Amino acid sequence: MIELINVSKSFTLHNQGSAVIPVMQGASLKVAEGECVALTGASGAGKSTLMRVIYGNYLAASGRVLVGDLDVARAEPREILALRRETLGYVSQFLRVVPRVPTLEVVAEPLLAVGCDKQAALDKAAGLLGRLNIPERLWSLSPTTFSGGEQQRVNIARGFAHDYPAMLLDEPTASLDAQNRETVLSLIEEAKARGAAIVGIFHDIEARSRVCDREINVSEFTPGMAA
Amino acid sequence: MNEYNFAYLDEQTKRMIRRAILKGLAVPGYQVPFASREMPMPYGWGTGGVQVSAATLTPEDTFKVIDQGADDTTNAVSIRKFFENTAGVETTEETEKATVIQTRHRIPEAKLREDQIIVYQVPIPEPLRFLEPRETETRKMHSLEEYGLMHVKLYEDISQHGAISTAYAYPVKVLDRYVMDPSPIPKFDNPKLEMDAIQLFGAGREQRIYAVPPHTKVVSLDFEDYPFEATKADHPCDLCGAEDSYLDEVIMDDAGNRMFVCSDTDYCRSRREAGHVGRLVEENTA
Amino acid sequence: MTPLLQVKGIEKRYGARIGCADVSFDLFPGEVMGIVGESGSGKSTLLNCMAGHLEPDAGQVIFDTRADGPVDTVTMSEPVRRMLGRTDWAFVHQHARDGLRMSVSAGGNIGERLMAVGDRHYGDIRDRAIDWLGRVEIEESRVDDRPSAFSGGMQQRLQIARNLVTGPRLVFMDEPTGGLDVSVQARLLDLLRGLVREMGLSAIIVTHDLAVVRLLADRLMVMKSGHVVEAGLTDQVLDDPQHAYTQLLVSSVLQV
Repeated sequence: MIELINVSKSFTLHNQGSAVIPVMQGASLKVAEGECVALTGASGAGKSTLMRVIYGNYLAASGRVLVGDLDVARAEPREILALRRETLGYVSQFLRVVPRVPTLEVVAEPLLAVGCDKQAALDKAAGLLGRLNIPERLWSLSPTTFSGGEQQRVNIARGFAHDYPAMLLDEPTASLDAQNRETVLSLIEEAKARGAAIVGIFHDIEARSRVCDREINVSEFTPGMAA
Repeated sequence: MNEYNFAYLDEQTKRMIRRAILKGLAVPGYQVPFASREMPMPYGWGTGGVQVSAATLTPEDTFKVIDQGADDTTNAVSIRKFFENTAGVETTEETEKATVIQTRHRIPEAKLREDQIIVYQVPIPEPLRFLEPRETETRKMHSLEEYGLMHVKLYEDISQHGAISTAYAYPVKVLDRYVMDPSPIPKFDNPKLEMDAIQLFGAGREQRIYAVPPHTKVVSLDFEDYPFEATKADHPCDLCGAEDSYLDEVIMDDAGNRMFVCSDTDYCRSRREAGHVGRLVEENTA
Repeated sequence: MTPLLQVKGIEKRYGARIGCADVSFDLFPGEVMGIVGESGSGKSTLLNCMAGHLEPDAGQVIFDTRADGPVDTVTMSEPVRRMLGRTDWAFVHQHARDGLRMSVSAGGNIGERLMAVGDRHYGDIRDRAIDWLGRVEIEESRVDDRPSAFSGGMQQRLQIARNLVTGPRLVFMDEPTGGLDVSVQARLLDLLRGLVREMGLSAIIVTHDLAVVRLLADRLMVMKSGHVVEAGLTDQVLDDPQHAYTQLLVSSVLQV
């Protein structure tokens, strides 16, 4: 479902003497349907960079980044937008929403974007918020005023609203209490069970070993750090 | 009368104006620019109408001038005298007998005939002007038939007054094409714009001539749910008893007494001569 | 899928100076594209060329019309282009007073486009004007007030209502949030985002405010000296800018 073939990434800082900073080289990996792969490596090794390259947020310098049939490294913007809408979900560490939009709608939005019936979307959003212990009285408020933990859970609910065939998870269990952490892990397991290919960053070793089928150490792709 | 060319203007000028008139007749409702001349009267006193009349009159014509329907106001009298002096044409106060009628702000009550010409004095020929001050833009709107703005004015009327309050210079569409300002006639007169006579409009200061040929379709703009209504004071004439003519309200004293009289003085006089009497005449004779 | 708008090799010169040159892109239905660049970079010239306000010296602006499919709007007759400007296209000016009739009531401003396409029922026009006032969060009681009595943010929202009432498919926006307070800007952006989404609009937004494009635009085009120096997915261009100028632009934004 997700396949990287010999991907490299560098940043060229034109305004700082055109310094070229290579950050990734020869990255290749393959994640099958129903599989969850953890990215590991020291801080700064390029875990987040790799995730962003897959999401199309960073432009790969060379190589192929296949998600389904689409090569993200070469796709048109609208193809990537469609991919993000239909196929590829991304749960980042931070909730980025438009102010003033109620939480329930924030969570339902990915479903509405793929043409889901409004009531069905809201019902599913409500179910997820309930599972993640967001009190119902907060649903009509914008999440921008919530605590960090609450925002993180809203973010996860939103990320799991639509059943994406491929998902990127950036520290999904960070800053969660035991009960909510359990919920998130079961959401991941359910996603795997329905066949989603997942790439994640988990600092939580216990969580990692529970949901992940294998680990890929991105240090192997870091120029100058590879063995 | 040898000191003036016939009807004051020189022949070249009259030809130029006639060309504009013919063009106006050929494109009903379209404002034809013309080189308006200085006339021996101030702008706003009918310089456009006078130039059109001058270009239209022939020595055989009988000329009538009305101002707000009246033959005896200063403006009407001086224009009539002007053509008596410069053209030597016959003049009349009787609508029936006139062949050319110059008017300000009214259409006579008597039905006009095919052998008559009515010349309107026009202060502002551009009906879109109040909402769109740019001439370049209004011209483009006319040429592309973009007339939504005209209804915006009527919309504003209804939203502010609950009805279309435009009572005079009520915009019309001529022959399904050009939106035209019929000059500041009361909207009561609008239905008469479909008539047998030739209608010519002259705006001196704005240098525009336009025309409506006989038997031409002229529709007053309106909304489906606020249809056009030709309104007048709900009253008969106090002098001749006419119920079908446009009325002027005249304040009689400072005790609130007033009377309504026909604004068309010739119409009122001819009715009284035919024996019709109104409320005040009855009271005086009683 | 047929692009809603295909821009091909647009060039506009002012004498020897280049307004914009060699601009080409496709815009698909439902897409929102941002055009950013500093003052004088040619973004407004480009917008005006696309919207038919300026005649480009070269190039095509092909719009997928409802009736006849893709048609080059540069060569189409003026009446047809102006009709497009009143129906399928909308243009939101930076200064609301350029896009509104200041002497006409809010209701009349919204109703004008309806009347321009032939609506002749006062009650219907008024109902739709009031409905649109609600959608841009202006109280119904203000329907008969003139825009001169409105705040800057309200005027801008009224301009948007006036433009969207005929259900256009493509909206051109020239710095729609320029000159507004930050809090008012946020409200307007939120409103625009909702409307774009709800109505399935395509939009081209010219701005120098990167926060505006991040929130509204799917795609981004960066212009400098009349040329497009970089284009792509909005978050990709902003987070991983490739061109020197884009990097400078992104790094110049003040962090709050």
